[in-house]
Amino acid sequence: MAKTSQRSTNRSWQSTLQRSRWVSPIALMLAWEAASRIGLIPTRTLAAPSQVLGTLWSLIVSGELPANLAVSLGRAAAGLVIGVGLGIVLALIAGLTREGEAAVDSPVQMLRTLPALALSPLFIVWFGIGETPKIALIAFATLFPVYLDLYNGIRGVDVRLIDAGRSFGLSRGQIVTDIVLPAALPQLLVGLRYAFSVAVLILVVAEQINASAGLGFLINNARDFMRTDIIVVCLLVYAGLGLAADQSVRLIEDRALAWRPKARGGLK
Amino acid sequence: MNMISHIIPMPQPIRPVVRLSRFSRSFGANTVLDDLHIEIAQGEFVALLGRSGSGKTTLLRTLAGLDTADAQDVTIPTSRAVVFQDARLLPWKRVWRNVGLGLKGADVRDRAEAALREVGLGHRLDAWPLTLSGGEAQRVALARALVREPKLLLLDEPFAALDALTRVKMHGLVMALWRAHKPAVLLVTHDVDEAIALADRVLVLDKGRIVVEERISAPRGQRTGIAAALRERLLASLGVERDEPLPFVKAE
Repeated sequence: MAKTSQRSTNRSWQSTLQRSRWVSPIALMLAWEAASRIGLIPTRTLAAPSQVLGTLWSLIVSGELPANLAVSLGRAAAGLVIGVGLGIVLALIAGLTREGEAAVDSPVQMLRTLPALALSPLFIVWFGIGETPKIALIAFATLFPVYLDLYNGIRGVDVRLIDAGRSFGLSRGQIVTDIVLPAALPQLLVGLRYAFSVAVLILVVAEQINASAGLGFLINNARDFMRTDIIVVCLLVYAGLGLAADQSVRLIEDRALAWRPKARGGLK
Repeated sequence: MNMISHIIPMPQPIRPVVRLSRFSRSFGANTVLDDLHIEIAQGEFVALLGRSGSGKTTLLRTLAGLDTADAQDVTIPTSRAVVFQDARLLPWKRVWRNVGLGLKGADVRDRAEAALREVGLGHRLDAWPLTLSGGEAQRVALARALVREPKLLLLDEPFAALDALTRVKMHGLVMALWRAHKPAVLLVTHDVDEAIALADRVLVLDKGRIVVEERISAPRGQRTGIAAALRERLLASLGVERDEPLPFVKAE
Protein backbone atom coordinates (compact mmCIF):
# COMPACT_ATOMS: atom_id res chain seq x y z
CA MET A 1 0.00 0.00 0.00
CA ALA A 2 2.72 2.36 1.05
CA LYS A 3 4.72 1.28 -1.94
CA THR A 4 1.98 2.05 -4.47
CA SER A 5 1.31 5.48 -3.03
CA GLN A 6 5.03 6.19 -3.20
CA ARG A 7 5.07 5.09 -6.79
CA SER A 8 2.12 7.30 -7.68
CA THR A 9 3.66 10.35 -5.99
CA ASN A 10 6.80 9.52 -7.90
CA ARG A 11 4.88 9.48 -11.14
CA SER A 12 3.02 12.70 -10.45
CA TRP A 13 6.32 14.33 -9.48
CA GLN A 14 7.75 13.18 -12.82
CA SER A 15 4.85 14.58 -14.77
CA THR A 16 5.15 17.83 -12.84
CA LEU A 17 8.79 17.95 -13.87
CA GLN A 18 7.81 17.25 -17.47
CA ARG A 19 5.28 20.07 -17.47
CA SER A 20 7.64 22.56 -15.90
CA ARG A 21 10.49 22.27 -18.40
CA TRP A 22 9.88 25.85 -19.53
CA VAL A 23 10.55 27.24 -16.03
CA SER A 24 14.35 27.25 -16.10
CA PRO A 25 14.74 29.00 -19.50
CA ILE A 26 12.32 31.70 -18.33
CA ALA A 27 14.22 32.01 -15.05
CA LEU A 28 17.49 32.37 -16.95
CA MET A 29 15.99 35.09 -19.16
CA LEU A 30 14.69 36.92 -16.11
CA ALA A 31 18.08 36.66 -14.42
CA TRP A 32 19.74 37.96 -17.58
CA GLU A 33 17.27 40.85 -17.75
CA ALA A 34 17.74 41.66 -14.06
CA ALA A 35 21.53 41.50 -14.34
CA SER A 36 21.38 43.95 -17.25
CA ARG A 37 19.04 46.30 -15.41
CA ILE A 38 21.24 46.57 -12.30
CA GLY A 39 24.30 47.04 -14.50
CA LEU A 40 25.93 43.67 -13.82
CA ILE A 41 26.02 42.95 -17.60
CA PRO A 42 26.86 46.11 -19.51
CA THR A 43 25.08 46.62 -22.84
CA ARG A 44 28.39 46.65 -24.74
CA THR A 45 28.98 43.08 -23.47
CA LEU A 46 25.47 41.73 -24.00
CA ALA A 47 22.22 43.60 -24.49
CA ALA A 48 19.24 42.83 -22.27
CA PRO A 49 16.51 40.52 -23.64
CA SER A 50 13.99 43.38 -23.62
CA GLN A 51 16.36 45.53 -25.63
CA VAL A 52 16.98 42.67 -28.11
CA LEU A 53 13.24 42.28 -28.64
CA GLY A 54 12.84 46.01 -29.13
CA THR A 55 15.68 46.07 -31.67
CA LEU A 56 14.20 43.06 -33.46
CA TRP A 57 10.90 44.90 -33.80
CA SER A 58 12.45 48.14 -35.03
CA LEU A 59 14.67 46.27 -37.53
CA ILE A 60 11.59 44.53 -38.88
CA VAL A 61 9.56 47.72 -39.08
CA SER A 62 12.36 49.67 -40.78
CA GLY A 63 12.65 46.90 -43.36
CA GLU A 64 16.35 46.52 -42.67
CA LEU A 65 16.08 42.96 -41.38
CA PRO A 66 13.70 41.61 -44.08
CA ALA A 67 15.80 43.11 -46.87
CA ASN A 68 19.06 41.66 -45.56
CA LEU A 69 17.44 38.35 -44.73
CA ALA A 70 16.18 38.12 -48.31
CA VAL A 71 19.72 38.64 -49.60
CA SER A 72 21.06 35.89 -47.30
CA LEU A 73 18.25 33.51 -48.22
CA GLY A 74 18.92 34.15 -51.90
CA ARG A 75 22.57 33.17 -51.44
CA ALA A 76 21.71 30.04 -49.51
CA ALA A 77 19.07 29.04 -52.05
CA ALA A 78 21.34 29.60 -55.06
CA GLY A 79 24.17 27.64 -53.43
CA LEU A 80 21.83 24.83 -52.41
CA VAL A 81 20.25 24.52 -55.83
CA ILE A 82 23.66 24.19 -57.47
CA GLY A 83 25.19 21.96 -54.79
CA VAL A 84 22.21 19.65 -54.34
CA GLY A 85 21.63 19.47 -58.10
CA LEU A 86 25.24 18.55 -58.84
CA GLY A 87 25.29 16.11 -55.93
CA ILE A 88 22.21 14.31 -57.26
CA VAL A 89 23.52 14.15 -60.83
CA LEU A 90 26.94 12.84 -59.76
CA ALA A 91 25.41 10.28 -57.39
CA LEU A 92 23.11 9.01 -60.15
CA ILE A 93 26.06 8.66 -62.51
CA ALA A 94 28.21 6.89 -59.93
CA GLY A 95 25.40 4.84 -58.44
CA LEU A 96 23.76 3.52 -61.57
CA THR A 97 26.71 2.65 -63.81
CA ARG A 98 30.01 0.90 -63.14
CA GLU A 99 31.78 3.25 -65.56
CA GLY A 100 30.35 6.25 -63.76
CA GLU A 101 31.45 4.89 -60.42
CA ALA A 102 35.00 4.45 -61.67
CA ALA A 103 35.09 7.95 -63.12
CA VAL A 104 33.23 9.95 -60.48
CA ASP A 105 33.51 8.32 -57.08
CA SER A 106 37.22 8.61 -56.31
CA PRO A 107 37.63 12.30 -57.20
CA VAL A 108 34.51 13.15 -55.19
CA GLN A 109 35.76 11.13 -52.22
CA MET A 110 39.08 12.99 -52.40
CA LEU A 111 37.52 16.45 -52.67
CA ARG A 112 35.15 15.80 -49.82
CA THR A 113 38.05 15.62 -47.36
CA LEU A 114 38.70 19.33 -47.98
CA PRO A 115 37.06 21.55 -45.38
CA ALA A 116 34.90 23.81 -47.52
CA LEU A 117 35.77 26.95 -45.60
CA ALA A 118 39.48 26.43 -46.21
CA LEU A 119 38.72 27.00 -49.89
CA SER A 120 37.52 30.55 -49.38
CA PRO A 121 40.93 32.19 -50.16
CA LEU A 122 41.09 30.26 -53.42
CA PHE A 123 37.50 31.09 -54.28
CA ILE A 124 38.16 34.78 -53.62
CA VAL A 125 41.14 34.66 -55.99
CA TRP A 126 38.99 32.93 -58.63
CA PHE A 127 35.68 34.69 -58.21
CA GLY A 128 36.50 38.03 -56.55
CA ILE A 129 34.64 39.26 -53.49
CA GLY A 130 31.14 39.55 -54.89
CA GLU A 131 28.28 37.09 -54.61
CA THR A 132 29.94 34.32 -56.61
CA PRO A 133 32.45 33.01 -54.02
CA LYS A 134 29.76 32.92 -51.32
CA ILE A 135 27.38 30.92 -53.50
CA ALA A 136 30.23 28.71 -54.72
CA LEU A 137 31.26 27.90 -51.15
CA ILE A 138 27.72 26.89 -50.21
CA ALA A 139 27.38 24.84 -53.39
CA PHE A 140 30.69 23.08 -52.76
CA ALA A 141 29.86 22.25 -49.15
CA THR A 142 26.34 20.97 -49.81
CA LEU A 143 27.30 18.78 -52.76
CA PHE A 144 28.99 16.11 -50.66
CA PRO A 145 26.32 15.13 -48.13
CA VAL A 146 23.80 14.81 -50.96
CA TYR A 147 26.20 12.82 -53.14
CA LEU A 148 27.31 10.46 -50.38
CA ASP A 149 23.84 9.68 -49.08
CA LEU A 150 22.21 9.20 -52.46
CA TYR A 151 25.13 7.11 -53.74
CA ASN A 152 25.03 4.87 -50.66
CA GLY A 153 21.27 4.70 -50.91
CA ILE A 154 21.42 3.52 -54.51
CA ARG A 155 24.16 1.00 -53.77
CA GLY A 156 22.34 -0.28 -50.71
CA VAL A 157 19.11 -1.20 -52.50
CA ASP A 158 17.84 -4.65 -51.52
CA VAL A 159 18.93 -6.99 -54.31
CA ARG A 160 15.95 -9.24 -53.58
CA LEU A 161 13.58 -6.48 -54.64
CA ILE A 162 15.52 -6.01 -57.87
CA ASP A 163 15.30 -9.78 -58.47
CA ALA A 164 11.55 -9.63 -57.89
CA GLY A 165 11.28 -6.77 -60.39
CA ARG A 166 13.29 -8.67 -62.96
CA SER A 167 11.20 -11.81 -62.46
CA PHE A 168 8.15 -9.74 -63.40
CA GLY A 169 9.84 -8.58 -66.57
CA LEU A 170 10.66 -4.99 -65.64
CA SER A 171 13.13 -3.28 -67.96
CA ARG A 172 16.35 -1.75 -66.65
CA GLY A 173 14.81 1.71 -66.79
CA GLN A 174 11.73 0.58 -64.91
CA ILE A 175 13.88 -1.06 -62.24
CA VAL A 176 15.67 2.27 -61.75
CA THR A 177 12.52 4.38 -61.55
CA ASP A 178 10.25 1.91 -59.72
CA ILE A 179 12.71 0.24 -57.36
CA VAL A 180 16.17 1.81 -57.08
CA LEU A 181 15.27 5.48 -56.80
CA PRO A 182 12.33 5.09 -54.39
CA ALA A 183 14.47 2.81 -52.25
CA ALA A 184 17.24 5.42 -52.14
CA LEU A 185 14.90 8.34 -51.43
CA PRO A 186 14.98 8.10 -47.61
CA GLN A 187 18.79 8.26 -47.70
CA LEU A 188 18.68 11.21 -50.13
CA LEU A 189 16.45 13.09 -47.72
CA VAL A 190 18.90 12.45 -44.88
CA GLY A 191 21.59 13.96 -47.09
CA LEU A 192 19.32 16.87 -47.94
CA ARG A 193 18.64 17.63 -44.31
CA TYR A 194 22.37 17.62 -43.64
CA ALA A 195 22.99 19.84 -46.68
CA PHE A 196 20.47 22.40 -45.39
CA SER A 197 22.21 22.72 -42.04
CA VAL A 198 25.62 22.88 -43.72
CA ALA A 199 24.28 25.64 -45.99
CA VAL A 200 23.32 27.77 -42.97
CA LEU A 201 26.70 27.14 -41.38
CA ILE A 202 28.67 28.13 -44.47
CA LEU A 203 26.37 31.10 -45.05
CA VAL A 204 27.29 32.56 -41.66
CA VAL A 205 31.01 32.47 -42.36
CA ALA A 206 30.91 33.24 -46.08
CA GLU A 207 28.78 36.31 -45.52
CA GLN A 208 31.34 37.83 -43.23
CA ILE A 209 34.11 37.65 -45.83
CA ASN A 210 33.05 40.85 -47.47
CA ALA A 211 29.48 41.83 -47.95
CA SER A 212 27.47 44.96 -48.53
CA ALA A 213 24.16 43.29 -47.75
CA GLY A 214 22.83 40.29 -45.92
CA LEU A 215 22.76 39.11 -42.32
CA GLY A 216 26.55 38.87 -42.22
CA PHE A 217 26.82 42.51 -43.28
CA LEU A 218 24.35 43.43 -40.55
CA ILE A 219 26.43 41.59 -37.95
CA ASN A 220 29.72 43.10 -39.15
CA ASN A 221 28.25 46.60 -38.99
CA ALA A 222 26.84 45.94 -35.54
CA ARG A 223 30.23 44.72 -34.37
CA ASP A 224 31.88 47.96 -35.56
CA PHE A 225 29.37 50.01 -33.54
CA MET A 226 29.35 47.53 -30.61
CA ARG A 227 25.60 47.01 -31.04
CA THR A 228 25.30 43.70 -29.19
CA ASP A 229 21.52 43.90 -29.47
CA ILE A 230 21.69 43.72 -33.28
CA ILE A 231 24.24 40.91 -33.09
CA VAL A 232 21.93 38.86 -30.86
CA VAL A 233 19.00 39.57 -33.19
CA CYS A 234 21.04 38.20 -36.11
CA LEU A 235 22.02 35.13 -34.08
CA LEU A 236 18.33 34.53 -33.37
CA VAL A 237 17.56 34.80 -37.07
CA TYR A 238 20.34 32.33 -37.94
CA ALA A 239 18.95 29.90 -35.36
CA GLY A 240 15.52 30.36 -36.90
CA LEU A 241 16.95 29.66 -40.36
CA GLY A 242 18.47 26.39 -39.14
CA LEU A 243 15.19 25.39 -37.55
CA ALA A 244 13.19 26.28 -40.66
CA ALA A 245 15.59 24.32 -42.89
CA ASP A 246 15.16 21.24 -40.73
CA GLN A 247 11.39 21.59 -40.62
CA SER A 248 11.13 21.99 -44.38
CA VAL A 249 12.96 18.69 -44.97
CA ARG A 250 10.73 17.04 -42.38
CA LEU A 251 7.74 18.28 -44.32
CA ILE A 252 9.14 16.83 -47.54
CA GLU A 253 9.82 13.54 -45.72
CA ASP A 254 6.30 13.29 -44.38
CA ARG A 255 4.90 13.73 -47.88
CA ALA A 256 7.40 11.65 -49.85
CA LEU A 257 7.75 8.81 -47.35
CA ALA A 258 4.08 8.41 -46.51
CA TRP A 259 4.50 4.66 -47.05
CA ARG A 260 6.67 4.30 -43.97
CA PRO A 261 4.93 3.35 -40.73
CA LYS A 262 4.79 6.40 -38.49
CA ALA A 263 7.62 5.66 -36.09
CA ARG A 264 7.88 9.22 -34.88
CA GLY A 265 4.41 9.21 -33.34
CA GLY A 266 5.09 5.91 -31.64
CA LEU A 267 8.23 7.13 -29.93
CA LYS A 268 6.56 10.10 -28.34
CA MET B 1 3.08 -41.33 -89.85
CA ASN B 2 0.82 -38.53 -90.81
CA MET B 3 -1.84 -40.94 -92.07
CA ILE B 4 -1.85 -43.02 -88.94
CA SER B 5 -2.39 -40.08 -86.73
CA HIS B 6 -5.18 -39.03 -89.01
CA ILE B 7 -6.96 -42.34 -88.81
CA ILE B 8 -6.48 -43.15 -85.16
CA PRO B 9 -7.28 -40.12 -82.97
CA MET B 10 -4.34 -39.95 -80.63
CA PRO B 11 -4.75 -38.35 -77.23
CA GLN B 12 -3.51 -34.78 -77.44
CA PRO B 13 0.18 -35.02 -76.55
CA ILE B 14 0.81 -32.76 -73.60
CA ARG B 15 3.70 -30.50 -74.47
CA PRO B 16 5.75 -29.71 -71.39
CA VAL B 17 5.83 -26.04 -70.48
CA VAL B 18 9.13 -26.48 -68.71
CA ARG B 19 11.92 -28.60 -70.05
CA LEU B 20 15.44 -28.77 -68.72
CA SER B 21 17.73 -31.34 -70.28
CA ARG B 22 21.24 -32.24 -69.19
CA PHE B 23 21.31 -28.99 -67.28
CA SER B 24 24.35 -28.25 -65.16
CA ARG B 25 25.41 -25.24 -63.23
CA SER B 26 28.45 -24.62 -61.10
CA PHE B 27 29.92 -21.74 -59.19
CA GLY B 28 33.67 -22.08 -59.29
CA ALA B 29 34.61 -25.64 -58.36
CA ASN B 30 31.23 -26.16 -56.72
CA THR B 31 28.73 -28.01 -58.92
CA VAL B 32 25.27 -26.99 -57.80
CA LEU B 33 23.12 -28.61 -60.47
CA ASP B 34 24.45 -31.71 -62.15
CA ASP B 35 23.12 -33.07 -65.44
CA LEU B 36 19.57 -32.35 -64.43
CA HIS B 37 16.52 -33.39 -66.39
CA ILE B 38 13.13 -31.93 -65.52
CA GLU B 39 9.87 -31.62 -67.42
CA ILE B 40 6.71 -30.04 -66.16
CA ALA B 41 3.50 -30.53 -68.11
CA GLN B 42 0.89 -27.88 -68.73
CA GLY B 43 -1.24 -27.39 -65.62
CA GLU B 44 0.79 -29.85 -63.56
CA PHE B 45 1.46 -29.22 -59.87
CA VAL B 46 4.98 -30.32 -58.98
CA ALA B 47 6.53 -30.10 -55.54
CA LEU B 48 10.29 -29.95 -55.18
CA LEU B 49 11.81 -31.09 -51.92
CA GLY B 50 15.42 -30.76 -50.95
CA ARG B 51 17.69 -30.05 -48.05
CA SER B 52 19.34 -26.64 -47.86
CA GLY B 53 22.22 -26.55 -50.27
CA SER B 54 20.65 -29.13 -52.57
CA GLY B 55 20.40 -26.67 -55.45
CA LYS B 56 16.72 -25.73 -55.08
CA THR B 57 17.35 -22.01 -55.16
CA THR B 58 19.61 -22.23 -58.20
CA LEU B 59 17.05 -24.32 -60.06
CA LEU B 60 14.32 -21.85 -59.19
CA ARG B 61 16.40 -18.87 -60.32
CA THR B 62 17.00 -20.62 -63.63
CA LEU B 63 13.31 -21.35 -64.12
CA ALA B 64 12.45 -17.77 -63.15
CA GLY B 65 14.83 -16.52 -65.82
CA LEU B 66 16.89 -14.64 -63.23
CA ASP B 67 20.07 -16.49 -64.13
CA THR B 68 21.06 -16.78 -67.76
CA ALA B 69 21.08 -20.34 -69.03
CA ASP B 70 24.04 -19.71 -71.33
CA ALA B 71 23.39 -21.95 -74.31
CA GLN B 72 22.04 -24.93 -72.37
CA ASP B 73 18.89 -26.80 -73.25
CA VAL B 74 16.29 -24.86 -71.26
CA THR B 75 12.69 -24.24 -72.22
CA ILE B 76 10.68 -21.95 -69.99
CA PRO B 77 7.49 -20.10 -70.90
CA THR B 78 7.68 -16.35 -71.33
CA SER B 79 4.69 -15.84 -69.08
CA ARG B 80 5.88 -16.92 -65.65
CA ALA B 81 5.64 -15.50 -62.18
CA VAL B 82 7.34 -16.06 -58.85
CA VAL B 83 6.04 -15.90 -55.30
CA PHE B 84 9.00 -15.61 -52.95
CA GLN B 85 9.21 -16.68 -49.33
CA ASP B 86 9.42 -13.04 -48.29
CA ALA B 87 6.62 -11.41 -50.24
CA ARG B 88 9.02 -8.82 -51.73
CA LEU B 89 6.40 -6.16 -52.20
CA LEU B 90 7.72 -2.70 -52.96
CA PRO B 91 6.93 -0.77 -49.77
CA TRP B 92 6.60 2.57 -51.58
CA LYS B 93 3.85 1.40 -53.91
CA ARG B 94 0.29 0.89 -52.79
CA VAL B 95 -0.96 -2.69 -52.83
CA TRP B 96 -2.73 -2.46 -56.17
CA ARG B 97 0.31 -0.87 -57.83
CA ASN B 98 2.42 -3.74 -56.51
CA VAL B 99 0.02 -6.19 -58.09
CA GLY B 100 0.04 -4.26 -61.37
CA LEU B 101 3.83 -3.84 -61.38
CA GLY B 102 5.12 -3.71 -64.92
CA LEU B 103 1.71 -4.28 -66.52
CA LYS B 104 0.70 -2.03 -69.36
CA GLY B 105 -2.68 -0.70 -70.41
CA ALA B 106 -5.39 1.55 -69.05
CA ASP B 107 -7.16 -1.17 -67.06
CA VAL B 108 -4.26 -2.11 -64.75
CA ARG B 109 -6.15 -1.01 -61.67
CA ASP B 110 -9.20 -3.07 -62.62
CA ARG B 111 -7.12 -6.14 -63.31
CA ALA B 112 -5.22 -5.69 -60.04
CA GLU B 113 -8.50 -5.26 -58.21
CA ALA B 114 -9.92 -8.45 -59.70
CA ALA B 115 -6.81 -10.41 -58.70
CA LEU B 116 -6.88 -8.97 -55.19
CA ARG B 117 -10.56 -9.88 -54.85
CA GLU B 118 -9.66 -13.44 -55.80
CA VAL B 119 -7.24 -13.69 -52.89
CA GLY B 120 -9.74 -12.00 -50.58
CA LEU B 121 -8.02 -8.63 -50.34
CA GLY B 122 -10.33 -6.47 -52.43
CA HIS B 123 -10.61 -4.09 -49.47
CA ARG B 124 -6.85 -3.48 -49.12
CA LEU B 125 -6.38 -2.05 -52.64
CA ASP B 126 -4.93 1.27 -51.45
CA ALA B 127 -3.07 0.02 -48.38
CA TRP B 128 0.68 0.45 -47.97
CA PRO B 129 2.48 -2.94 -47.98
CA LEU B 130 4.19 -2.33 -44.62
CA THR B 131 0.78 -2.20 -42.94
CA LEU B 132 -0.11 -5.76 -44.07
CA SER B 133 0.26 -8.89 -41.97
CA GLY B 134 2.57 -11.67 -43.19
CA GLY B 135 -0.33 -13.70 -44.56
CA GLU B 136 -1.87 -10.69 -46.30
CA ALA B 137 1.46 -9.74 -47.88
CA GLN B 138 1.82 -13.28 -49.20
CA ARG B 139 -1.70 -13.15 -50.64
CA VAL B 140 -0.81 -9.89 -52.39
CA ALA B 141 2.26 -11.64 -53.79
CA LEU B 142 -0.01 -14.42 -55.07
CA ALA B 143 -2.32 -11.87 -56.68
CA ARG B 144 0.69 -10.16 -58.26
CA ALA B 145 1.72 -13.49 -59.76
CA LEU B 146 -1.77 -14.47 -60.95
CA VAL B 147 -2.70 -11.16 -62.55
CA ARG B 148 -0.14 -12.04 -65.25
CA GLU B 149 -2.01 -15.29 -66.07
CA PRO B 150 1.29 -17.19 -66.01
CA LYS B 151 1.82 -20.52 -67.75
CA LEU B 152 4.35 -21.29 -65.03
CA LEU B 153 3.91 -20.31 -61.40
CA LEU B 154 6.99 -20.68 -59.23
CA LEU B 155 6.39 -20.83 -55.49
CA ASP B 156 9.60 -20.47 -53.50
CA GLU B 157 8.76 -21.72 -49.98
CA PRO B 158 5.91 -19.22 -49.93
CA PHE B 159 4.37 -20.49 -46.70
CA ALA B 160 7.51 -21.13 -44.68
CA ALA B 161 7.37 -17.84 -42.79
CA LEU B 162 3.65 -18.08 -41.96
CA ASP B 163 2.06 -19.43 -38.80
CA ALA B 164 0.43 -22.87 -38.98
CA LEU B 165 -3.18 -21.64 -39.24
CA THR B 166 -2.41 -19.10 -41.94
CA ARG B 167 -0.47 -21.77 -43.80
CA VAL B 168 -3.47 -24.10 -43.90
CA LYS B 169 -5.64 -21.28 -45.28
CA MET B 170 -2.98 -20.45 -47.88
CA HIS B 171 -2.89 -24.09 -49.02
CA GLY B 172 -6.60 -23.93 -49.71
CA LEU B 173 -6.23 -20.64 -51.52
CA VAL B 174 -3.39 -21.88 -53.70
CA MET B 175 -5.39 -24.98 -54.61
CA ALA B 176 -8.44 -22.90 -55.53
CA LEU B 177 -6.36 -20.52 -57.63
CA TRP B 178 -4.56 -23.39 -59.34
CA ARG B 179 -7.86 -25.05 -60.25
CA ALA B 180 -9.26 -21.77 -61.58
CA HIS B 181 -6.24 -20.72 -63.65
CA LYS B 182 -4.45 -24.03 -64.31
CA PRO B 183 -0.87 -22.81 -64.50
CA ALA B 184 1.95 -25.32 -64.21
CA VAL B 185 3.20 -24.96 -60.65
CA LEU B 186 6.58 -25.69 -59.15
CA LEU B 187 6.37 -25.50 -55.38
CA VAL B 188 9.72 -25.47 -53.64
CA THR B 189 9.29 -26.51 -50.03
CA HIS B 190 10.89 -28.09 -46.98
CA ASP B 191 7.62 -29.54 -45.82
CA VAL B 192 7.01 -33.15 -46.90
CA ASP B 193 3.37 -33.10 -45.77
CA GLU B 194 2.72 -29.94 -47.73
CA ALA B 195 4.20 -31.54 -50.82
CA ILE B 196 2.07 -34.68 -50.41
CA ALA B 197 -1.11 -32.70 -49.79
CA LEU B 198 -0.79 -30.38 -52.79
CA ALA B 199 1.22 -31.91 -55.61
CA ASP B 200 0.59 -34.23 -58.56
CA ARG B 201 4.22 -35.18 -58.49
CA VAL B 202 6.94 -34.84 -55.87
CA LEU B 203 10.61 -34.50 -56.76
CA VAL B 204 13.49 -34.72 -54.35
CA LEU B 205 16.63 -32.83 -55.28
CA ASP B 206 19.90 -33.85 -53.68
CA LYS B 207 23.38 -32.67 -54.58
CA GLY B 208 22.11 -31.18 -57.84
CA ARG B 209 20.31 -34.31 -59.05
CA ILE B 210 16.74 -35.57 -58.88
CA VAL B 211 17.03 -38.61 -56.61
CA VAL B 212 13.35 -39.45 -56.11
CA GLU B 213 10.28 -38.92 -58.24
CA GLU B 214 6.87 -39.87 -56.88
CA ARG B 215 3.66 -39.45 -58.83
CA ILE B 216 0.55 -39.19 -56.67
CA SER B 217 -2.64 -40.32 -58.36
CA ALA B 218 -4.93 -40.30 -55.33
CA PRO B 219 -7.18 -37.24 -55.39
CA ARG B 220 -6.35 -34.48 -52.96
CA GLY B 221 -8.18 -34.86 -49.68
CA GLN B 222 -8.06 -38.66 -49.98
CA ARG B 223 -4.39 -39.13 -49.57
CA THR B 224 -4.23 -40.23 -45.94
CA GLY B 225 -4.08 -43.87 -47.09
CA ILE B 226 -0.90 -43.42 -49.10
CA ALA B 227 0.58 -40.59 -47.09
CA ALA B 228 2.32 -42.55 -44.34
CA ALA B 229 4.37 -44.78 -46.62
CA LEU B 230 5.11 -42.00 -49.09
CA ARG B 231 6.10 -39.69 -46.30
CA GLU B 232 8.58 -42.22 -44.99
CA ARG B 233 10.11 -42.76 -48.44
CA LEU B 234 10.47 -39.03 -49.04
CA LEU B 235 11.92 -38.38 -45.60
CA ALA B 236 14.39 -41.20 -46.08
CA SER B 237 15.54 -39.68 -49.35
CA LEU B 238 16.00 -36.39 -47.49
CA GLY B 239 18.24 -38.13 -44.97
CA VAL B 240 15.72 -38.40 -42.12
CA GLU B 241 15.60 -42.05 -40.99
CA ARG B 242 12.48 -43.15 -39.15
CA ASP B 243 13.99 -46.18 -37.45
CA GLU B 244 16.93 -44.37 -35.95
CA PRO B 245 16.28 -44.02 -32.25
CA LEU B 246 16.22 -40.39 -31.26
CA PRO B 247 19.20 -39.63 -29.06
CA PHE B 248 17.16 -38.27 -26.18
CA VAL B 249 14.73 -41.23 -26.02
CA LYS B 250 15.75 -43.61 -23.27
CA ALA B 251 16.01 -47.21 -24.53
CA GLU B 252 14.26 -49.72 -22.32
